[in-house]
Amino acid sequence: MRSADVLRFAAGSATGYPLRTFLMVLAMSIGVAAVVMLTALGDGARRYVVNEFSSLGSNLVIVLPGRSETGGFNPANAITGTPRDLTVDDAQAIARAPSVLRAAALTIGTSEASYGGKLRDVTVVGTTADYFLIRGLTVAQGRILPAGDTGLSSSVAILGAKVREELFGAEPAVGRMIRVGDRRYRVIGVLAQSGQGLGMNADEVIVLPVSAAQAMFNTNTLFRILVEAKGRDSILAAKDEAAAIIKARHDNEEDVTVITQDAVLATFDRILGVLTYGVAGIAGISLAVAGILVMNVMLVAVTQRTGEIGLMKALGAPGHTIRNAFLTEAALLSAAGAVLGYLIGEGGALALRLMFPALPAYPPAWAVIAALATALGTGLLFGVMPANRAARMDPVQALAKR
Amino acid sequence: MALIELSAIERVFTLGDSEVHALHALDLTVEAGEYVAIMGPSGSGKSTLLNLLGLLDRPNAGTYRLEGRDVTTLSAEEQARVRRERIGFVFQSFHLVPRLTAAENVALPMMLAGIAPAERAQRVAKALADYGLADRAGHRPDQLSGGQRQRVAIARATIMRPAMLLADEPTGNLDRATGEDVMALLEGLNAGGVTLVVVTHDPVLGGRARRRVMMEDGSKAEDTGDR
Ligand SMILES: Nc1ncnc2c1ncn2[C@@H]1O[C@H](COP(=O)(O)OP(=O)(O)OP(=O)(O)O)[C@@H](O)[C@H]1O
Ligand SMILES: [Mg+2]
Repeated sequence: MRSADVLRFAAGSATGYPLRTFLMVLAMSIGVAAVVMLTALGDGARRYVVNEFSSLGSNLVIVLPGRSETGGFNPANAITGTPRDLTVDDAQAIARAPSVLRAAALTIGTSEASYGGKLRDVTVVGTTADYFLIRGLTVAQGRILPAGDTGLSSSVAILGAKVREELFGAEPAVGRMIRVGDRRYRVIGVLAQSGQGLGMNADEVIVLPVSAAQAMFNTNTLFRILVEAKGRDSILAAKDEAAAIIKARHDNEEDVTVITQDAVLATFDRILGVLTYGVAGIAGISLAVAGILVMNVMLVAVTQRTGEIGLMKALGAPGHTIRNAFLTEAALLSAAGAVLGYLIGEGGALALRLMFPALPAYPPAWAVIAALATALGTGLLFGVMPANRAARMDPVQALAKR
Repeated sequence: MALIELSAIERVFTLGDSEVHALHALDLTVEAGEYVAIMGPSGSGKSTLLNLLGLLDRPNAGTYRLEGRDVTTLSAEEQARVRRERIGFVFQSFHLVPRLTAAENVALPMMLAGIAPAERAQRVAKALADYGLADRAGHRPDQLSGGQRQRVAIARATIMRPAMLLADEPTGNLDRATGEDVMALLEGLNAGGVTLVVVTHDPVLGGRARRRVMMEDGSKAEDTGDR
């Protein structure tokens, strides 16, 4: 029998029993759609987090006070007592390291800002001009903090877009004096609208010179030092230099943690990647269930068509021709289910993207290929047994059955 | 050389403890071009004999020579080939594939034999015209009368130009007049050279055959062609 004929014959048998075909295609498509959609969700979440981290700045190295944040608990540090504070001087020392392009001291707290009788809670970010450069923050109006100004001399502030809107409404803000905490600051700039940033929304902050913020919170310590390496290749060097500089400045004690953005990213990437695989695996189970359904449906088909199988044998079809016909039918049904499921899955992913525009919910290529291959594979695998049963059928008995 | 040579055929069915000797010590020789009616009471082994002749079943003992070749020892694959090329079946219940049209049903054996679609279409069209079914080519079996169905089945059985036609009660599901038409059709084919073996209960139909084999308890009770 020619392969084109086998294909046409199998397609004919499949469409000859619409309900059975529909059920099987449906089962298969649900499995495939589940894999495509859930992996789109998982991978979307992974990409979202990775993107958010990348938007913090490029070639980033972060210095945190304290030792055990990512290195795990170290008993040696527990004995040495309280770690030293990170200071603005530390940040300036790091900024002079050879692999470092710039470094920004960062202190964060909350306070109240008021203007013209309007009052709101704000996140106060105390930092330097370098912070804007490292994070790629731009101003919509006015200018950023003056370079080299750590702030005791000047009382200036830069407003997040939302803070400006709530305090000033339609009024121009640049040049006005606002009160933050119990001191007055001149607004010199308004940040461009940035949308959601990881952990901290840049639209709802007020940026002050770092020393001004430290004075406001009555502290000498920093929350972070953000360091930008000179290039991608110097990230690790910058990390080591930063650690060495702080150690030297802190009586030879390693009381800070230096992490690279790449390391954080890689960790998140890995965790969410594993999550996606796990979700794909769970969805894959529904494909296995679909496979078992395929087998049942094909067994019913073989029983239903016993007379036809007997006839084909009487007309001189050898066993392998009959097996091929049934296997082809199973493969066609699985393929139809896989394609339909893929379309449904892509539709679902599209719906997810429409519902959550921030989430890049695209199914990864590996998941799509794996789902389609598994659908075809299970269809064929579970089609073998019914097809063999048909091929082995005794023609006399098959013909007697009507 | 005879077309069919059966010698000392035994066919035993085991049902639990009991054994049914459906065919017992059966010898039968049929020359090419003969017209044989196989008759006898129900359960006498007529269908079993026909299935054996058609290579749908194997004997427990004895030999079956078809065109001089011992076919009982052939592999299933080779037997399928012999069925495809040398044997045509006509059944009491027609056995048309319900989802296929008359033309597609007739084309089925050629499709199994791997004949090209163009040649298939041409031969099907000719066969349907020969059997007066030209205007029924696109009809499905449930849109055809019993007589038309059996004619489609006969067209299918002869499309590969087999050496012999085996028909088990071909008129059993038809009224007398339609049955006569179908028998006349089969006899016409026989006149054209095809060996025709018909199983029938009907003494009138059986009487039309040049040779009648009466079966009883799995053996020949009478054979008008015995020489
Ligand atoms: N598959 C089988 N298993 C067991 N016994 C069988 C089987 N096929 C046929 N027989 C028995 O073999 C004997 C002959 O059966 P067969 O069908 O050849 O009879 P028949 O002459 O065709 O009868 P009828 O005229 O009723 O069709 C019967 O006794 C039947 O019960
Ligand atoms: Mg019978």
